Amino acid sequence: MIAVAASLELEAEVVAALATVIDPELDQPITDLGFVRSIRIDDAGVTVHLRLPTSFCAPNFAYLMASDAVDALRRVPGVGAVSVLLDDHHDSDKINAGLAANAGYVGTFGDEADQDLDELRRTFQRKAHTAAMERCVMALLRSTGKTIEELPGLTLWHLPGGPQKDALLRRRTDIGLGIRPEDLVLVDDDGVPVPPEAASLRLRFAKAVRISVEGNAHFCRGLLKTRYDDEPPTTRITNTRRSR
Amino acid sequence: MYEKNGEKYYICDAHIALWDARAENQRNIHGKQFIDCFYDYHKNLSPAEVVWDYDTYTYYGEQRLLKDLFEDGYVDHAIFQPAILSDFYKRGFGQTEDALALTRAHPDKLTYNHAWDPRHEEAGLEQLRKDADRMGLKGVKLYTAEWNGDSRGWKLDSLWSRRYLEECLKLGIKNIHVHKGPTIRPLDRDAFDVADIDQVATDYTELNFIVEHVGLPRLEDFCWIATQEPNVYGGLAVAMPFIHSRPRYFAQIIGELLYWIGEDRILFSSDYALWTPKWLVEQFVDFQIPADQTEYAPITTAQKKKILGLNAAALYDLDVPEELRLPAGVGATEEAVAS
Repeated sequence: MIAVAASLELEAEVVAALATVIDPELDQPITDLGFVRSIRIDDAGVTVHLRLPTSFCAPNFAYLMASDAVDALRRVPGVGAVSVLLDDHHDSDKINAGLAANAGYVGTFGDEADQDLDELRRTFQRKAHTAAMERCVMALLRSTGKTIEELPGLTLWHLPGGPQKDALLRRRTDIGLGIRPEDLVLVDDDGVPVPPEAASLRLRFAKAVRISVEGNAHFCRGLLKTRYDDEPPTTRITNTRRSR
Repeated sequence: MYEKNGEKYYICDAHIALWDARAENQRNIHGKQFIDCFYDYHKNLSPAEVVWDYDTYTYYGEQRLLKDLFEDGYVDHAIFQPAILSDFYKRGFGQTEDALALTRAHPDKLTYNHAWDPRHEEAGLEQLRKDADRMGLKGVKLYTAEWNGDSRGWKLDSLWSRRYLEECLKLGIKNIHVHKGPTIRPLDRDAFDVADIDQVATDYTELNFIVEHVGLPRLEDFCWIATQEPNVYGGLAVAMPFIHSRPRYFAQIIGELLYWIGEDRILFSSDYALWTPKWLVEQFVDFQIPADQTEYAPITTAQKKKILGLNAAALYDLDVPEELRLPAGVGATEEAVAS
């Protein structure tokens, strides 16, 4: 019984680890998006198959999610050997070989890679922050009936607690912005305060960013459903581990 | 022409294709993956009653195209925007000679745009001159994610691309349709980024840059650059079918576009045969911003007429019958007409 409990605990930890992997473009966990096709846990380790809405999803993002999944799984204590495979993608062979060999991004893509994917990741963390900021500010404006011009010096302290604020704080942390109560909400990607005369334009553009990210997420979910005829998307879990 | 409630609409479908993706034309697995991806787009976003079977979708031919567009689809004029994809298909994906022959048979109904690829350098430039002469090009369709041997993409502001754009200026090819895709070289950055379009739109102000799919999946970046560059346009390919499956999202897209770039720079297209124009035209004419999406003004009949055809007609000097034109000055100030 102890062995079974430990094994189930490991399974939960594996799922939780995969839930920390975010699709950078859509700003949602790959587990929610249905991108985890299967998890197989046995005495040797864990094998995870990932899938995406199309064969032609951008290979740099595909690699990023797959390598993030490897990193997250390796942090699970006692997991054993970690194997992540990307299915049905135009670069599946290349990415899977790179992951198996621990080749890194440059090693995986060779001549096509210049440096690394840090800037790509950062670009989308900035977008995610912009969208989260807009959600919080617009919710506040709706509840107070005020305009952004009427709220100069809006700080994190002014935002009501809840999932939207938690999401904003996480995204601020991702891009290195402060999360103290006195920190200003309306800032640019580098944390520089937006002057009052530019506030409404910043907010207006932030809305376009949010619409874009949300719209892409809806579309990708729809395509995944069409591609795999799988609604709601389910992860096939096989666990033959006898103990931890 | 489409008529509803006494209003008549000139329809220009600004993005159509005549493709052959049948198994015998596929060069490799990527040819199959590419058409399967298209077919999933088609199935996911079309109303169930207009979904094609897979075999028809891989190849539909000239007669089907003429019927879907001009007999059933209300289209007055359509513009070929081919993707060549020589690395995926033996005879190419877009069927150049067939589309050109069809255009010559119906010059009043069809315009043929061709493609160039700056990675062909000097030889490609010479080919462009020949193509412009033989095909009478007014526009080109560029796919920056096209694979070519070891290279899987290019940027518009690269040195050779600029030489091609300068050649277009000389040849009188003024409409540059740009379609971004998932690959580019190097792969480090976002392949859908539109910064290179911003750059060339600034440098070549006599050219019009029509960004297909209104920059999707980077709608916000497209809106931002289009606001600043008056010669940047948005093509509604891929955005249109959301009108059926996700009308509230479609309202957001149209609302954002009207806010950022205005009613004169948005072009309708079905992206045929990804989707067919009949239902898109019908639904767009009936479409209105939902009442609770109060952040957007209602869309007017004049705006719909511009988007459905008059804007593209202006770019391509198409002869719009008098009764289908808007009186001079009509547009922004017109009262919203609820449909």
